[in-house]
Order: sequence, then structure tokens, then C-alpha cells
Amino acid sequence: MRARTLLLVLVAAVAPLSAQRGGGPPAGPPRTVAPIDLTGYWVSVVSMDWRWRMVTPAKGDYAGIPMNAASKTVADAWDPAKDEAAGEQCKSYGAPAIMSVPGRLHITWQDDTTLKIETDAGQQTRILKFGAPAAPAAPSAKVAPSWQGTSVAQWQMSAPGLPLMLRPQERAADVPAPAAVRGGTLKATTTNLRAGYLRKNGVPYSAGAVLTEYYDVTKAGNDTLLTVTQIVDDPTYLRTRRLIAYPFKKEANGDKWDPTPCSARW
Amino acid sequence: MSRRLFTLVLLCSLAVTAPALAQTDLSGSWARQSQNDNGYANEPVDLIGIPVSADGRAKALSYNIASLSATERQCQMYTPWYILYGPFPLQIIPEQDPITQKLMAYRLVGWGDRGEQLVWMDGRPHPSPNAPHTHGGFSTGTWEGISLKIVTTHFKMGDMKRHRAFSSDRAKMTYTLTRHDDILTVTGSLEDPVYLAEPFVLTEIFQLTSGTNGFPLTPCEPIEELPQLHENPALVPHYLPGKNPFMNEMTQKKGIPLEAVLGGPETIYPEYRKKLKDTYKAPAKCEDSCGGPPAPRGGGPGQGGQGAAPAGGRGAAPPAGRGAPPPK
Repeated sequence: MRARTLLLVLVAAVAPLSAQRGGGPPAGPPRTVAPIDLTGYWVSVVSMDWRWRMVTPAKGDYAGIPMNAASKTVADAWDPAKDEAAGEQCKSYGAPAIMSVPGRLHITWQDDTTLKIETDAGQQTRILKFGAPAAPAAPSAKVAPSWQGTSVAQWQMSAPGLPLMLRPQERAADVPAPAAVRGGTLKATTTNLRAGYLRKNGVPYSAGAVLTEYYDVTKAGNDTLLTVTQIVDDPTYLRTRRLIAYPFKKEANGDKWDPTPCSARW
Repeated sequence: MSRRLFTLVLLCSLAVTAPALAQTDLSGSWARQSQNDNGYANEPVDLIGIPVSADGRAKALSYNIASLSATERQCQMYTPWYILYGPFPLQIIPEQDPITQKLMAYRLVGWGDRGEQLVWMDGRPHPSPNAPHTHGGFSTGTWEGISLKIVTTHFKMGDMKRHRAFSSDRAKMTYTLTRHDDILTVTGSLEDPVYLAEPFVLTEIFQLTSGTNGFPLTPCEPIEELPQLHENPALVPHYLPGKNPFMNEMTQKKGIPLEAVLGGPETIYPEYRKKLKDTYKAPAKCEDSCGGPPAPRGGGPGQGGQGAAPAGGRGAAPPAGRGAPPPK
């Protein structure tokens, strides 16, 4: 009898923990079940890495990028005139770099399963399609590589409960429990990229690079902030993964939307 | 209940719970990965990307690093904002109630020069604005979805950016810690009615590491560093308005216009690039702190890339002349 009681107690204690592992998306169209609202206009807050983003850094300024020797060879040969002549002014506006470019994002739902991210800087459009990663396509059906590549998105939802050891201790009976906040993150994986630059001054990424991103929304004071965490895997040109996060601030409307074409020099 | 059955049940429950803990547990040692601003800050006047107010700018330009040699300032620590802006790793340690085993607080530990932060998770309120301020401040945390949101107040005036910009004792810091697999993203917003014109928003990334990578918090003991400061206690190292000798260094070395070097809210938004386009003159070639792949063995001094910035904590030697004795 005692054994059965203990077993029941343990099962009850474990239940919320195992439920927590089911942090996957609930059933329903991704637009309907979205745990966070990414739509609207967002402006870059260039408070970090300003010297490498607001201006085109000097040739040879590779600070902070875990590049390898092959990458340096390519970057040392950077020649914006050559890129312009080849019609490749958008090399530093590809998916692994576009979030670092000072500008604005306009995020909308294209349909129930597709998020569209437009940028005014470089006039790029990213399509984040929800669903399982696509199986390798037949050569004839293969989509041509592009600056923004092919992105597969998924919601990662908040856990319904915290493990016992991480559940906050209520200090007193008169302290109200915090209201449950809906939350989650958008994970996007991008492949099928056209080779480009991580930094305007020619630090390269290869066509084989894989970009993993997490989109998080938080409130701080009067601001709604979007943080885009980027992980770039590129064994061709990087010694290790490149990890970086960019902050954006929500704007009330698109009054400051300012489409500007790609530039190889500025 | 037989011991064998008890062990079996215990093992089963542990097996089920372990992955769940791994998904949300923030505790562990985290290595800093992302922005370069602090590690590569070599010029004494560098407010780039900081929305300082006029007072914040004046405070920064009056700062003389020799002031740190004054006995009363030698143990002045970095502020909690250094979680985002400093070059240091981070350790997160949960503190549980010994009876209920529920989480009471997280301890955020970083480096010897930053006060430890205790983030209360039990719903207690922040104290009165007149309550004593400490180096680590007073922090409370709540879970918002998958993120831990922390609000920190009651921390002392100190470095917002190493030896360059400062926050006041009225500052308030709101930041979220969000774990994505082995990556921890921190998004912060610093409000300061004294030295900032608008909230200073910043992000940083940490990567989970094995073992401890933090430095222990060691007691700070003031010593006599500059004899003249002890011979004349009234001497306060500083620069008078317009007299900071390093004001133009960033412009001369990196071509960044002085207006941008001195920060301000206008300088951190995309529109500002239009102003820069006509005033920025890029140096022909990067000459120092240029990063790149490590030099081959036996070669010259290498400069690492991500995570290998020439960080330079408080004890880092300043360039010649930086710590020069104050004017008499």
C-alpha cells in the first residue's frame, strides 16, 4: 500500500515535468497559434557593433568574426568595384548579414503558414515557411540559391510548467501569483544561400552556410523589443559557429520606411 | 516498500525529468560570444552607439582614469549592466529553499570586478528608492514564457561602458534571459534619467560551457597607487570641459566623425547613416585590433576572432599616458 502511494506521489510530481518537454507547437495554423506577435514595423537599434555596421569598416577589419585562413584570403581581395561590375551589390544583404544592416523590418503574414520579412535597406524579402524541413529536392525541382535562401520556420512554445526545483517560491500568501504570460520563440533555419558577405568589407560566407535564427519579443519599459539571435554554421569560412544577436524596436507605423537599393560600398 | 522498488521508481523519475530540466534550466557556466564594443574599445573617448544625455556626455568627458587610483575609488565595481556590455563570462546558480526545494533566487556571478547579483524569484517587491544601494543592486525575476525577465534597481553609479560611460544610482535595468539549446540570449534595456536620453538597448549571447569559467569574487583592498593622490587628498583626477586630450583620437584613427563618437540617441538609428555618408572617411586599411584568423604556430602575434577579443578587464594596462598623473 505504502509503495503504491509513493509511486502515485512520484508520478504526480513527474507529470508536469514531462509535460514541459512537449514544448512544441500546438495544433492549428501557425498564424492562429502564434505565441508571439512578430508583425509590424521594427527599427534596428544600432547600439552594438556600431563601427562595423553604421559605416563600412576599413579593409582588413575583421574584428569579432571567427574566420579561418581561407576566409581571410577572400576578404583581403575584397573589391567593391568588381562586385558592382558583376551586378552583385547585394552580397552583404544576404540572410546571414541582413539583420546587421541598419534599417527597418516589415513583418507580415503572407498566408496562414508563411511569414514575410521585408527590409527597406537593400529592399530584400525573406520568406519563412512553416512546416517540416523539406526533403532534398530532385535536381530538376531544385530552387536556385538566392541571397535570402530557403527558410523553414517553427514555433517553439513556452513550457506549461516549470520543474519543481525551478518553480518560484511564493514569499507570502498575500503576494498574487504572476499572471501567466503566453510566450515562445520563432526558430527559422535557412539554407540554399547564394554566397555573400557577413560584413560589408568582404568577409565571406559560402553557399553551404546554414543560418539558424531565433526571434524573441520582449517588453521593457515602454518599448517592445525584437531580438534576432543568429547562428551561422559555415565550415568553409568559419572556425566556429558565428553567434550574434541584434535588437530591434517596434514602431507604431511605417512612416519612416525608407527603401534604398543595395550598395557594395556604403 | 522494498529498497529495490524504491530505487527503480527513483531512477525512472530521474530519467523522465532530466531532459525537462535541461530545456529550461539556466544554471551553469556561460561563455560570452557576441558584440565587440567593449573588447575592442581602445580609445578613451568612445560613446559610440550609446544614447547618452548631455549630462552623460559631460560626465564621460570629464573622466580621467587616474581617478581609479584614488583610495575611495579603487574598489568601485562595474554595474550589473556589465552582464551585457562587459567582456566577462557568466555563471548562473539557482538557490533553493532548503525545506520546499522551490526556487528562491538565482545568483548571477561574473567576475571579480562586478558585484554578485541575487535575483529574487519569490515575488518580493523592490525596496523604497531611498534604500541603500549596492554594487550588485536589487533584482527580481519572473518567468515570461520561455524567458526569465529580471528588473534590477538600487545599484551604485558606475561604468556603463568600461572607463568611458557611466550610469547613475537612479538607473533601472530590465533584461530577459532566453535559452535556445546551448545558447543564452540576453536582451537588456537600461533606463537612466540622469545620464541617458533614452533607454540603452543591448543584446548579448553566451554559450554553455563545461566547468567554471567565472573568476571568483575576491575582496578588493585599496592600496597606495599614486603617491600624489595620498599626499593631497583634495586632488580629484578629471578633465575640465573641452580639455579631454583624447576627444579626437577615434576620429583620427578610425575616421568616425566626432559627433558620432560622442554618442546620443540620434546616432543609433538608421537615419543617421545619411549624415555619416558625407562625413565618414574610412581609413585605407585596418591598422590595429583587426581580428582575423589566429596566426600560424611560430608566426607573429595572432588575433582571434569571436570570443577572443582583447578584452582587458579593469586590471588591463592602459595605453601609455592614459593613467598619467592628474594635472597639479
